[in-house]
Amino acid sequence: MGKDYTEMWKGLGLNLEKHAGLLGVLSDAYKNIYLSQKERPAGMGYFDFVISEVHGQRIIEILKAKKEGKKIIGTFCLYVPEEIILAADGVCIGLCAGAEVGTSEAEKFIPRNTCALIKAFMGFKLAGLCPYVESTDLIVGETTCDGKKKAYEIFNEITKKVYVMEIPNMKTEEDRKLWLNEVRKFKEKMEEISGKKITLNDLKKASSTVNKKREALQRLSKLRSADPAPISGLDALLVNQVAFYDDPLRFTEMTDRLCAELEERVKQGVGVTKKGTPRIIISGSPIAIPNWKLHAVTEGSGAVVVGEESCVGERNHRELLDENFTTVDEALGKISSRYLTIDCACFTPNNERPDNIKSLVERLGADGIIHYSLQFCTPYMMEAYKVEKTLKSIPFMRLETDYSMEDMGQIKTRVEAFLETIR
Amino acid sequence: MRVAGIDIGSRFIKLVLIEKGKTVFFKKTEASFNPLENCFELLKDIRADTIIATGYGRHLLEIHQDIKTITEIKAFAIGAKTIFPKCRTIIDIGGQDTKVISLNEKGIVKKFEMNDRCAAGTGKFLEIMAKALDYRIEKFGSEAVNNSKEIQISSMCTVFAESEVVSLISKGMSRKNITIAIHRAIANKVVGLLRRIPIEDDIVFAGGCAKNRCLKQMLEQSIGKTLKIPSVPELTGALGAALYAEQEVPLTGIGQNLQNFHNEEVENYENRCKESVNR
Ligand SMILES: Nc1ncnc2c1ncn2[C@@H]1O[C@H](COP(=O)(O)OP(=O)(O)OP(=O)(O)O)[C@@H](O)[C@H]1O
Ligand code: SF4
Ligand code: SF4
Ligand SMILES: [Mg+2]
Repeated sequence: MGKDYTEMWKGLGLNLEKHAGLLGVLSDAYKNIYLSQKERPAGMGYFDFVISEVHGQRIIEILKAKKEGKKIIGTFCLYVPEEIILAADGVCIGLCAGAEVGTSEAEKFIPRNTCALIKAFMGFKLAGLCPYVESTDLIVGETTCDGKKKAYEIFNEITKKVYVMEIPNMKTEEDRKLWLNEVRKFKEKMEEISGKKITLNDLKKASSTVNKKREALQRLSKLRSADPAPISGLDALLVNQVAFYDDPLRFTEMTDRLCAELEERVKQGVGVTKKGTPRIIISGSPIAIPNWKLHAVTEGSGAVVVGEESCVGERNHRELLDENFTTVDEALGKISSRYLTIDCACFTPNNERPDNIKSLVERLGADGIIHYSLQFCTPYMMEAYKVEKTLKSIPFMRLETDYSMEDMGQIKTRVEAFLETIR
Repeated sequence: MRVAGIDIGSRFIKLVLIEKGKTVFFKKTEASFNPLENCFELLKDIRADTIIATGYGRHLLEIHQDIKTITEIKAFAIGAKTIFPKCRTIIDIGGQDTKVISLNEKGIVKKFEMNDRCAAGTGKFLEIMAKALDYRIEKFGSEAVNNSKEIQISSMCTVFAESEVVSLISKGMSRKNITIAIHRAIANKVVGLLRRIPIEDDIVFAGGCAKNRCLKQMLEQSIGKTLKIPSVPELTGALGAALYAEQEVPLTGIGQNLQNFHNEEVENYENRCKESVNR
């Protein structure tokens, strides 16, 4: 990091010593994993900068917005409608939980066999390491998997600022009604905390902002269907991760710029690896920043990751919001149906997901799928069965892991052996 | 042409040299806490035109000597298919990992499964349990063969199982019965992995734990099929790596000499192995 942000971090109540350690580890990991890559697009420079300032510049921006009276809203799930947050003039931050941090503190509250993501969001807070959590005015939880649902109760006890949206388990007519009502309630909640009535115009503007971000991510995703791949999976993953906490307008602009460069690469047949390099899709549990483990292993073993069928990836941008609405109520209706297209494994049945993976495989020309579940993530671990069954014709490997480095040897052996079977 | 395969396992490093499809030399040493040094020690006296590394520590050599690698999944596939040309399924139980592999008729890996990160149910676990019960690893389980009386060990965690064993001893449970329970627990774990792949004949049991007769018998009972075991089962991976190095050699018909491979070298290494395990 360029500047000295100590005072700011102190003001947020971070544990300065531990925080310095975390940033050190992060910057080393980034150097080893990211900066050592070959043939990186120049457009990644922006994202390198964003990462180097992840607890610096961006926090300054957020605190400035807060001073101007904007509300800072933290989320942990794709289901929380970003449009409504933006329409209320709020800042939406997808809180990351992709590092093994504060595990022992977290385990005082939650069982050991909880997924790494939940442990991490508890851990970051308890260890006083996340300036984002500390900056938020509201943290929006949801009733998705059991682990999160129950963890939010405890999280609320600790932070006193958790609001929970009820997300149905199925997608029947009744469920749609329930969810629409939840979306309405969330709008009211946002109006209440921001003291601002959300207008049609606000919603129009917010929808366009979020859709443009999605379109930029879609453009990036499509470019990865080229062989040779114009961008590494690691870099594309990073862009998808940064999408969750960067300023949306600037993010869209920078991603579009990156895509323009990649288009040029594709035209000239330039890639990050040789044509014919095995192409892998990673599918399953969310891959929150800075969780780069599986991408690093896969690409380090001579393959290229061409897609993430993940919340940090396709699920986040696959569907746009239909912006053709003329009343606030109509907008809320469209928002609620748009969000219900997300094919999260917490739903039953969830047949869309295997089908979506199938078409993704075709579009990206993938040679194999690694089905990635965070250890103890029951929804995705369970659904692996159905995904594998639907995708009979493509090499498929299940993998369960977490954020620790303990199992790197085994993961490497598995991934390499899987690649040997498709070469 | 003389080629070498080296399998840098988590417990032992195995080296095989082949020439015109015949195994001419092999050697085994403990990986211990300095596997790289031990690799160099093993490689010191040999001369080979090419060498392929496999096993848990394969990248150690790749980094230091630019030696090409294959995974132990592939190495065991080539090795087992060579020794038993009809091989379609492989069980490899080593010191830290258990792997089950399914091959097609041509010997190509179709599917594989591996234990998760913990070492329970693998060779190291057996070694610790043998020690807790005061058995030598070579003898561990031998008196339990053909025995039907069974008790259960519920914990498969190395740490907890050890204390469970201690408490069973203090309750007056016989060594033999505890031994059976331990082997049964491991066999069940392996069968759990096997359920996820097609199990077709011939099934080859390889890796150091294939020398454990009790385990072999229990596995056979559980899956209702016989297992084939190479005469020096833990060498299968190193052999596979060497064969891979010698790619132009056809895959079948050269491993037979290994099935009954016995010479001074073998005895030597078996003695060393005993020494190291019993230390
Ligand atoms: N004579 C013997 N009788 C029974 N078991 C034995 C004997 N010798 C070794 N073993 C078992 O074999 C194990 C080692 O097997 P092997 O050499 O295949 O492991 P490795 O390749 O080093 O490990 P991994 O493949 O897990 O990395 C030991 O942990 C021990 O349990
Ligand atoms: S996996 Fe499901 S619950 Fe988790 S963030 Fe994604 S949509 Fe939300
Ligand atoms: S990764 Fe799985 S278990 Fe963890 S919070 Fe998400 S859905 Fe729940
Ligand atoms: Mg081995």
